[in-house]
Amino acid sequence: MIGVELRKLLRRPRTWIMILLLDALPTLVAVLLAITDIGPRPGAGPAFLSAVLANGRLFPAAALAIVLPLFLPVSVAVMAGDSIAGEAQGGTLRYLLVRPVGRTRLLIAKLVTVLVFVAIAVVVVTVTAYFVGTHLFGNQPIGVTTVSGTVLTPRQAVLRTVLAMVYVALSMLGVAAVALFLSTVTDSPLAAALGALAFLVTSTLLLTLDAAQSLRPYLPTRYWLSFVDVFRQPILWRDLVRGMALQGVYLFVLLGAAWANFATKDIKS
Amino acid sequence: MITTEALTKRYGRVTAVDGIDLTVRPGDVYGFLGPNGSGKTTTVRMLLGLVLPTSGRIEVLGERVPRHARRVLGRVGAMVEAPAAYGHLSGRANLALLDAAGPGGARRTRRRRIEAALEQVGLGGVDRRPVKAYSLGMRQRLGLAAAVLRKPDLLVLDEPTNGLDPQGIHEIRDLLLALNAAGTTIFLSSHLLAEVELMCDRVGVLDRGRLVLQENLAALRTPTGRVVLHTPDVAAAAALLDGQLSERADDRLVVRAGDPAELNAMLVGAGIRVRELAAERRTLEQVVLAATTAGSDRVDRSPGPAPSAVDDSTGDDSTVDELAAEREGAGA
Repeated sequence: MIGVELRKLLRRPRTWIMILLLDALPTLVAVLLAITDIGPRPGAGPAFLSAVLANGRLFPAAALAIVLPLFLPVSVAVMAGDSIAGEAQGGTLRYLLVRPVGRTRLLIAKLVTVLVFVAIAVVVVTVTAYFVGTHLFGNQPIGVTTVSGTVLTPRQAVLRTVLAMVYVALSMLGVAAVALFLSTVTDSPLAAALGALAFLVTSTLLLTLDAAQSLRPYLPTRYWLSFVDVFRQPILWRDLVRGMALQGVYLFVLLGAAWANFATKDIKS
Repeated sequence: MITTEALTKRYGRVTAVDGIDLTVRPGDVYGFLGPNGSGKTTTVRMLLGLVLPTSGRIEVLGERVPRHARRVLGRVGAMVEAPAAYGHLSGRANLALLDAAGPGGARRTRRRRIEAALEQVGLGGVDRRPVKAYSLGMRQRLGLAAAVLRKPDLLVLDEPTNGLDPQGIHEIRDLLLALNAAGTTIFLSSHLLAEVELMCDRVGVLDRGRLVLQENLAALRTPTGRVVLHTPDVAAAAALLDGQLSERADDRLVVRAGDPAELNAMLVGAGIRVRELAAERRTLEQVVLAATTAGSDRVDRSPGPAPSAVDDSTGDDSTVDELAAEREGAGA
């Protein structure tokens, strides 16, 4: 079943259009930076971007920081929101279930598919950013300067970037779980995606609100930008671990809710 | 093949399906009839495990549904309401994905089975164009191909000839009858009476969630004991058959007579020319109209007191006339 879902994902033009759009934003930023040579002031703008002008090898990390807050979660919300509701709207859900495909199995296959989509997106963004960065900006083969000021060997830099990619991808679990849950509730993929985005916006807004300080550790976006900690020397694991645990909790609870709802739902679409 | 006992589905306060007892026997072509909104689709969905019954018991192919739905559904081919497919993929790709998604679709034989199914429904030569470029009739055929792909023991079809032209309807009817002859039981939900009359050997009629009639088609269509006579000598015939005449219009007479042959001999003996003479049979339409009320898509302006549904009238032995009489009594 997972294989079937993956084939559907990869053969769908929309998947590749979304990844292309996701990829276009950091590339546009890189081109603008290279042409104007005006970097953001250190501390302003997305992480790493001020350092990119000096060393293009940091651009993959900067590209992840660019897509992480909005573009990536939006695409995840669209994909996961479409997963069940899209089949319901198209009428194919009833034919899948009658085939028969177990409802739990279908739900898991859909979640795995969304994760594969995130993985592909993150890899494409990072790889493109590496080529764009090393061609448009200075390329210091000696090493990459960390946020802490020390220098990483090229090998270390690659490892850290891979670690950052994994963290960014897993940070999307919460949004994916919300969208998947909503996707089992409604037959409209649009409603499910918008619902997940509303959840995301709420979380982002509450993060900036001092009055919501007590809620802060539980907000799904709280630890997203902690992937920067991967580029510290030594790696600052505390927030990374908390971020993963938090995403895990969101996934567990919402996937459970999605399963409870979907497994006993009357399919009337 | 299919047995339900007191099958009931309520959506909140609305009772969509109200205690129906279906019996579909192996080898049947079963016509499941009823006005719009009478609960046909909900029943079909319950048989397939898509909608969970509020109460009652369903057995399909000898196993309980929805509990053992996974085991049963692999042997059932189904088309529920409109066919559906992924628009950006070709018909073949759609069938391959659906086949790979569930149990019993061996990869080794997949291509051969897909080609055979497409051939059966008349899409053998279809090209690689995506399904979104298909016409309504082609989609319908593709949906049927998906249903027959794994040579199921039971086909559950909802309006299978929707969107097809007369030629296509004829083809599909022949296909279904051939499958039935080869041993497939067919459960056909439809409101096209002509189609059911041509194909089915058993019908069940649903009205407002209740099964008001379940009977062999042949039994429903036994002669009514009246003979329809067309003759140019109307006056002479009417005079001759005075006591037996029950209807008279232009050159058409309806005569109460047990044996058409005897009647014919009598008429000819009296020198009355006979143009047409046939035993009167009730059409399926008359049977269904007598057994059902208007569909839920009809909304009248000033609703009177709602006529109550007929009680306990699901037995095989209750006749249509009794039902109609009961209904009239209830409505008055």
